[in-house]
Amino acid sequence: MKVIVVGAGIVGAACAFHAVSAGLDVTVLDRGPVGAGTTSRGEGNILLSDKEPGPELELARLSRTLWDEAGEELGSASLEWEAKGGLVVAASPEALTALHAFAERQTAAGVRTVRVDRPADLEPHSAPGLAGGVHYPQDAQVQPVLAAAALLRAAVRGGARLHTGEAAAAVTGAGGRITGVRTADGTVLAADAVVNAAGTWGGEVGRRLGAPVEILPRRGFVLVTEPLPPMIRHKVYSADYVANVAADGAGLETSCVVEGTRAGTILIGASRERVGFDTTMNPAVVAVLAAQACRLFPFLRDVHLIRAYRGFRPYCPDHLPVVGPDPRVPGVLHACGHEGAGIGLAPGTGALVTAHLLGRPWRGADPAAHTGLLPDRFLTTGGVPT
Amino acid sequence: MREPSERGPDRSSEHSTREPSRNATGGHPEHPEHPEHPEHPERPERPERPERAAGLPSEPPDLVVVGAGPAGMAAAATALDGGLRVALVDSGAAPGGQFWRHPPDHAREAVPTADLHHDLPAYRALRATLESHRRAGRLALLLNHHVWTAVRAEHGFAVHAMDRSHPPEERAVVLHAPALLVATGAYDRQLPFPGWDLPGVLTAGGLQSLLKGGGVVAGRRVVLGGTGPFLLPVAAALAARGAEVVAVCEAAAPSNWLRRPLPLLRDPAKWAEAARYAAVLARHRVPVRTRTAVVAAEGDARVAAVRTASLDGDGRPLPGTERRIDADTVGVGWGFVPQLDLLLPLGCDLADAGDGTLAATVDAGQRTTVPGLYAAGETCGVGGAALAVAEGRLAAVSVLTDLAAPGRPHPRRTAGVRRTAARHRAFARAMAGAHPLPPAWPAWLTDDTTVCRCEEVTAVAVRTAREEGRASDHRQVKQLTRAGMGWCQGRMCGPAVHCLVAAPGRPYAPAERLIATPVTLGALADSVEPPSATT
Repeated sequence: MKVIVVGAGIVGAACAFHAVSAGLDVTVLDRGPVGAGTTSRGEGNILLSDKEPGPELELARLSRTLWDEAGEELGSASLEWEAKGGLVVAASPEALTALHAFAERQTAAGVRTVRVDRPADLEPHSAPGLAGGVHYPQDAQVQPVLAAAALLRAAVRGGARLHTGEAAAAVTGAGGRITGVRTADGTVLAADAVVNAAGTWGGEVGRRLGAPVEILPRRGFVLVTEPLPPMIRHKVYSADYVANVAADGAGLETSCVVEGTRAGTILIGASRERVGFDTTMNPAVVAVLAAQACRLFPFLRDVHLIRAYRGFRPYCPDHLPVVGPDPRVPGVLHACGHEGAGIGLAPGTGALVTAHLLGRPWRGADPAAHTGLLPDRFLTTGGVPT
Repeated sequence: MREPSERGPDRSSEHSTREPSRNATGGHPEHPEHPEHPEHPERPERPERPERAAGLPSEPPDLVVVGAGPAGMAAAATALDGGLRVALVDSGAAPGGQFWRHPPDHAREAVPTADLHHDLPAYRALRATLESHRRAGRLALLLNHHVWTAVRAEHGFAVHAMDRSHPPEERAVVLHAPALLVATGAYDRQLPFPGWDLPGVLTAGGLQSLLKGGGVVAGRRVVLGGTGPFLLPVAAALAARGAEVVAVCEAAAPSNWLRRPLPLLRDPAKWAEAARYAAVLARHRVPVRTRTAVVAAEGDARVAAVRTASLDGDGRPLPGTERRIDADTVGVGWGFVPQLDLLLPLGCDLADAGDGTLAATVDAGQRTTVPGLYAAGETCGVGGAALAVAEGRLAAVSVLTDLAAPGRPHPRRTAGVRRTAARHRAFARAMAGAHPLPPAWPAWLTDDTTVCRCEEVTAVAVRTAREEGRASDHRQVKQLTRAGMGWCQGRMCGPAVHCLVAAPGRPYAPAERLIATPVTLGALADSVEPPSATT
């Protein structure tokens, strides 16, 4: 079976990696280089801690296992893999009660959680006076561009091709079934199936393939400090973050996630703004993130911010990724809308897409267990996304 | 074009919550009580401060000028003479920028530097003009202010700076104005070579700054290398101050100038300048070797010697021409790169400057493609101080016109400035053509030559990113190798990495840097949560 994966970000790379290992003939199509979009704009989070029980957590748990396997196969150093664990802290007793209740539901859904009475035991430089926290040992991190590049390299070793070009339109045959993709320069690439893994541009690629899905951008800023000796060991964030990830309000929401990196820099993410593809710098957001980070780790007050970057998380209206075949155009599968969780969810998505292509479970991904992510949920009669 | 009735120096009170004001005791701008918050542009009026000293700016500026070098000083002076209120912001301790870099005013007597400067009367005249406007309360001269970002705001621009006039204290300051001029200059372009990360290897501009800013002669036996006429004044100044300049290695061939002699012939002042440097160098017996480059520096704890080589037409070292020269200091400069950090995030268009760099696109009046945003000096293409002064004046004339200010220089005078600028621009183009980067310079690199000094990324790692990672620009190389992720954020290695991976002939497009200069998280935090609220 000939498969075209549109998008060479982390999700496209993972789709190619799994499809090739299942013996499929894969071409990855991207107008730019590997991981140049949202993949390069995040922190490389692989999180279970921020997900409430439901379809996304199920995909995240599968994905977490597959990241371990990918690390073994590709070499964890090539991904800059770090199983550093997450620490969610609560400033007040009320917030701690809510965090504990949330963690209990996660535990019931198969997430490992450990209550932490004194966050300073895990993070000696954290602010005094925190009410408590929860430790999530499964949270981890990769350097996302290196990870995408490593997955793609492995796919190419297995026979995948990289094609630089922009998907312009679907070529369809009998019964409206897709038979290929026409690129912007007029080239036609033949295919039995096309995977839309275009991330933030997934909505546009879906439209071009005749299978529109609503994917919206949610802007985020990440701050990077000067390099320091190791000061922060985990991904540390305040319990408000969990509320923000799920929040649907317009405008700005910030709740910082603070973590050290191997290079010594400290990353401070992640604001959330619904401003379309507006790339404008927002100094107020930067200042709010800085203030929140200083509240969690007072030593950061004297530390220099040397860089900030921003990206656009691709999200669906219901904040769940859309993974699976589109009933309107046979042969088109979606693998996008992962919002801020694309790095963590990538291998699970790749395996699930491969399972859909094969028509049978693949590497623990059973399409029957992930029906909540299917594109059908957006479709009303006439194929108009809601 | 804006309606004149909406604009003009007698502006309504809408900006008055943001003015750079000075309090009577410290002499530095007040800390803004509220964070800049674009979602809530309307803020309650801040009551007048009773302690505000008489004669200091009491109204918001019409124009913020970032950079008090030749371009920024000239622009501010012209705008002030035309009746505008101006905030002139600079990270340095004294106006002048790099070209007219001076010790801080309090040290001026102790460290005489007048002999190191060129065209000091112009500097003194500009300072006198600025000083009279400052006394009249129309100029806010904000020194030791580091601008870390500038954004578009409701009625123009918001310029975010950190006031470091009382270290270690660092305080956030926000300036609002309808017009913004970015005159942030340029910095030395560096090309790596084996040993360039040894202590004692500096930029040519760095050597000059040490001299002008503090009278410091950085070494005893100095070798200069690179390309461009800037090497000559550095050599002359070092020699005049007692350093032994053992060689000036100019990569270009002097015959390059013969291909386009016209701009040089039309600029007799440049002849005179060159002749003066030549005389100084001859007097101190400083050898200038053309078609020669410093291809390696050697030493243990610091540089002890350099290796130089003659270059073929492409810049490849010719076998058998290597020489070893003992030296304790090396100064290298391959021209300059426009400092565009503030301009890029504002979204203004860039154009090929003809010297391998991109610079801000401006019209004949120095207007960028963003309304209300102006650029002058090296940010629109490297061309030297005289051009910068002319461009600064032209930019100010545009601001006066666009804001419908009452005073504008006589059109005939402006036309004269325009002719001056055109002549200097033609000279700069010719100079760029005569002093290109030698295309084969990567031949000097060994696999283990450090390319990015901050993150210690080697040449072979960059080549691997190009060949295996298919990286074709410095941003992709950064993602794959960390080159450019360290302290300097690729300001140092960016142009070199670009040359190593990009298609030949493509000019260097600097990475967008949302944070133009490092700032402490604490100062940022205090700008949204004043310290009293958090303790």
